[in-house]
Amino acid sequence: MASDSFKGYRGSALAVLRNFGVPIWSDVQIATRSGRFTGIVLPRSETADDLHVVVKLRSGYNVGIAAEQITDMQITGRREARYQIPEKEFPHDPKKPRVKLLGTGGTIASRLDYRTGAVIPAFSPGELYGSVPELAEICNLETEKLYGVFSENMGPEQWRGTAEAIGREIEKGVQGIVIGHGTDTMHHTAAVLSFMVQDSPVPIVMVGSQRSSDRPSSDAALNLIHSVKTAAESDIAEVMVCMFGPTSDVYGLLHRGTRVRKMHSSYRSTFRTIGDIPLAMVSRDVITPLRNDYRRRRNDRQVHLDTAFEEKVSIVYYYPNMQPDIIEALIDNHYRGIVIAGTGLGHVNKPLYPVLKRANECGIAVFMTVQTLWGYVQMYVYETGREIMELGVVPAANMLPEVAYVKLGWALGHTKDLQQVKEIMLTPIAGEITEREPSNGYLILQGNIPEVEEFISRYRK
Amino acid sequence: MSDFASKPFSQIEPADYAAVGFRSGLEIHQQLLTRKKLFCRCPAGRYSDRYDAEILRHMRPTLSELGEYDGTALMEFKTRKEIIYRIQHETVCTYEMDDTPPFELNDEALDRALAIGTLYGCTLIDELHIARKQYLDGSIPTGFQRTTIVGVDGSIPYKNRQIHIIQLGLEEDACREVSDIGHQRVYLTDRLGMPLIETVTAPDMTTPQETAQVAEILRRLVRSTGLVRTGIGAARQDVNVSVTGGTRIEIKGVPRIPAIPLLTYNEALRQWNLLRLRDELRQRGITPELFKAQVREVTRLLRRTRYQPLRQAIDHGLTVQCVTLRGFRGLLRWQTQTQTLFAKEISDRVRVIACLTTLPNIIHSDTLSETLSSSEWQALQKCVASEADDTLVLVWGNPLDAETGAKEIMIRAHEATLGVPSETRQALADGTTGFERILPGPDRMYPDTDLPPLRVTLERRERIKAGLPQPIWEREALYRQLAIPADTIEALAVSPWADLFLQAVDEWKLSPTRVAVALIQYPKRLRKKGLPIEELSAEMIRRIMVAVRDGMLTADGLLEAMETSLRNKAWQIPPLLPATELQAAIDAALQQTAGMQNNLARQKRCLGLLMQNNRGRIHGAEAAKQVRAALEEAAARVDRKG
Repeated sequence: MASDSFKGYRGSALAVLRNFGVPIWSDVQIATRSGRFTGIVLPRSETADDLHVVVKLRSGYNVGIAAEQITDMQITGRREARYQIPEKEFPHDPKKPRVKLLGTGGTIASRLDYRTGAVIPAFSPGELYGSVPELAEICNLETEKLYGVFSENMGPEQWRGTAEAIGREIEKGVQGIVIGHGTDTMHHTAAVLSFMVQDSPVPIVMVGSQRSSDRPSSDAALNLIHSVKTAAESDIAEVMVCMFGPTSDVYGLLHRGTRVRKMHSSYRSTFRTIGDIPLAMVSRDVITPLRNDYRRRRNDRQVHLDTAFEEKVSIVYYYPNMQPDIIEALIDNHYRGIVIAGTGLGHVNKPLYPVLKRANECGIAVFMTVQTLWGYVQMYVYETGREIMELGVVPAANMLPEVAYVKLGWALGHTKDLQQVKEIMLTPIAGEITEREPSNGYLILQGNIPEVEEFISRYRK
Repeated sequence: MSDFASKPFSQIEPADYAAVGFRSGLEIHQQLLTRKKLFCRCPAGRYSDRYDAEILRHMRPTLSELGEYDGTALMEFKTRKEIIYRIQHETVCTYEMDDTPPFELNDEALDRALAIGTLYGCTLIDELHIARKQYLDGSIPTGFQRTTIVGVDGSIPYKNRQIHIIQLGLEEDACREVSDIGHQRVYLTDRLGMPLIETVTAPDMTTPQETAQVAEILRRLVRSTGLVRTGIGAARQDVNVSVTGGTRIEIKGVPRIPAIPLLTYNEALRQWNLLRLRDELRQRGITPELFKAQVREVTRLLRRTRYQPLRQAIDHGLTVQCVTLRGFRGLLRWQTQTQTLFAKEISDRVRVIACLTTLPNIIHSDTLSETLSSSEWQALQKCVASEADDTLVLVWGNPLDAETGAKEIMIRAHEATLGVPSETRQALADGTTGFERILPGPDRMYPDTDLPPLRVTLERRERIKAGLPQPIWEREALYRQLAIPADTIEALAVSPWADLFLQAVDEWKLSPTRVAVALIQYPKRLRKKGLPIEELSAEMIRRIMVAVRDGMLTADGLLEAMETSLRNKAWQIPPLLPATELQAAIDAALQQTAGMQNNLARQKRCLGLLMQNNRGRIHGAEAAKQVRAALEEAAARVDRKG
């Protein structure tokens, strides 16, 4: 293992650096069997091979030089990088609202770590003001780092912790809360917070970025501006996700926490409201509600926190020829709740019937959702559906599979009684089940159709 | 003092350039001939002004790897541009839109870049690291160009010396700019992501002519490989120029090599004149420390002016700022380039930085042309309390832009006390240059964390080396030895037929001159006849040459064979004349020349007729022999009769 002076180097590359006594950050002249190089020895990424030494040339380019080719290294100086986002004191304006930014990780505002390629969050108000000075025109910003995890590592412990932090801030009287979060599981967290934090008097806005903020074209700054504006000014007191509407830098959308989903692995406008319309549009200048049925901002500091959560819950994504052993394994491992993402209106194959029956007999709560994402579970249309319901599987209306998963965990945190669990599951708390799907709730436009092309040629999407 | 500033361009000698310390280097960007783009799988080289959709983005500066903001980045951010990208579905995918991470580097492109690096004699890099080079002008939607160094420290021969190649880069091409008006810049994205090589030379050229010549050699060298694209926009050169005491200035995007000499002359002249301007300022007691300027808004004062651009601006609710440059009187008329004055340096900055793109965007009190009335200038002088030796500069626009413009005027005037500011300049059609942006530094480079380092194995280098074409200077030396016509040497050296030429000469023992002419001149002649010479395939030419080798076609039938093959879109040679027909043709020729007395003249005439009527179908030597024999026989017959 290399010490900090040879950070990231192993094997023959480390041997060469040791041999010539060249620690990282040395300004060196290197002779190899094929030529000469002048530059600064950089640390090496831990995942890269052990055969090359990385040098930053005077031109700013990095090159890897094969260690076995190096015949000489002469140190001429040293220059260590110091990463610093220009930190300026976040200005305080008594007339502006107080907004709290809670950080869980992700790349909403960040700087680059050349060694690992990772992005180090810029997070203090001073750093944020240094990189997104526009925030000071909106509010007085306070920040608190709760966690520093990628979103795939968020789980019940972090969900509870975040909900409790939100509760504390509301009691302190902030006018809005922004939660910085990695985007991959932002919709899981948004959903669970919708159940754990009820009747909030202020907006709770989740935000992330699809392009890290070390890139000039990043969506981070604009997402941050939109979310802080929403937290400070909007009268929507719900858990929302605030991310790009179109891929263009035009406006963001506010999505209800229980109806939103990440729908593209890399697009900026990846978050979409599914089976419904978004809550509002937000730009630098204005927040435009798209519907009227949201919970309004209040002046009190009352909030109902309910952070119970049962972890032994799973989602089973059905596929043709699925074998019962998958569900057997869940039963044998003492799972207490299963959400099935079934095909079509909510179906699975016949070979699963016995094991579903066994699950029911073992007191496991089993709910059916649809892998089509859009549309309702409807298990009366086909005989298959009726048979599956006979086995104790409960249709979960138009709850999204991920939302049903976190809600089932939350419901089972309250009771083991299957009837009560069913009641909790099927009683909408935060819009997770809707009575109707509006006719403009399902819009997936298809390319090359003349009217669609006319639309995308006219609007910057 | 040198005559440099007083002589016209055409009369300047190398000694004059030496006297001012002219140095110039090149950065040549050349698209590689690949099927697909560099970091995605979009088709390469398909251009069209048509587009299906637009997206809108902004750029923000970010920190470099060494924790610093780049100067250019901050400048571009000041300009607050809205960037519009025009997108065509067939040529652009979500990668170019910066909505999908990069795919692996195109292997075909890398092989080609490595081949050219080997040709330059570069030290090839063992492990490539993709870098992000920030461009906040929006020309790349990510805000950076993915780029990597494949080789360093090469050279090419020039005259009796070597021109040093500092590095060879492989990078993605940028967008094509459509327009840049006010706060909105529009780009077409089809060219975006095309694989490019960037060849950077040392500043080893000492006259504008040398710079152009070296650019031409480099152009021909890469073309000779057949690995690069040709045509409009496939190659663009940036030219660096400096003079003693000046600054390294980069002239961006010179589209044609013949434009280089005048552009580099004008840039050297500009630097030389800016240094003299600095000296003049010093004499007036204006140093960087003692420089004084101030700004005042004068909109109300000028609201009744009869100078139309200002009047219209004020009527539209814009504001006017007046900058007083203390002690600058007359200096905005200081000559910088051919028919270009210092005022243009200021106007350029205001145009780019404050986005005041409608010209004129400034007026000033040094001007000789009609702008404000003299009473208006007097009122202004009184209002801003300026003295007789000051210069007033007016700039107008919306409040924010006018303020940025006024600040920029002071910044540029202050820079005049220092000499030549670092910047990149654009090549203008009249051979002068205009401000483009502040010269970016190494601080704008940072590693691309989306792609892992890429090892270039020894086997790969060896494979590429084995397939490498001969460098053009070696080819040309050989051609001179073979004494082929002088006007075919350079063309053949870069021709795709260069290998075929060697085979025809070495292996098939054909005449070097014949082959060179056939490969270089004949296609030109055929094109003049309106034939599609691009359809002339290597296979066609090879078979025609082999036919000559085998005696199936005569050497002077080459042109006709090429023409026939082209017309029939397949290899074809005229059949040789059968013996009986040859005899008949000779008889006809003898008959036509029956009246001629001089035997030698008659023989020549006969041969001429034969060749003219049956080009390529009879061997010259064979025909001559037969004509001679026939004439001798005829003479013998006459003798016998006599």
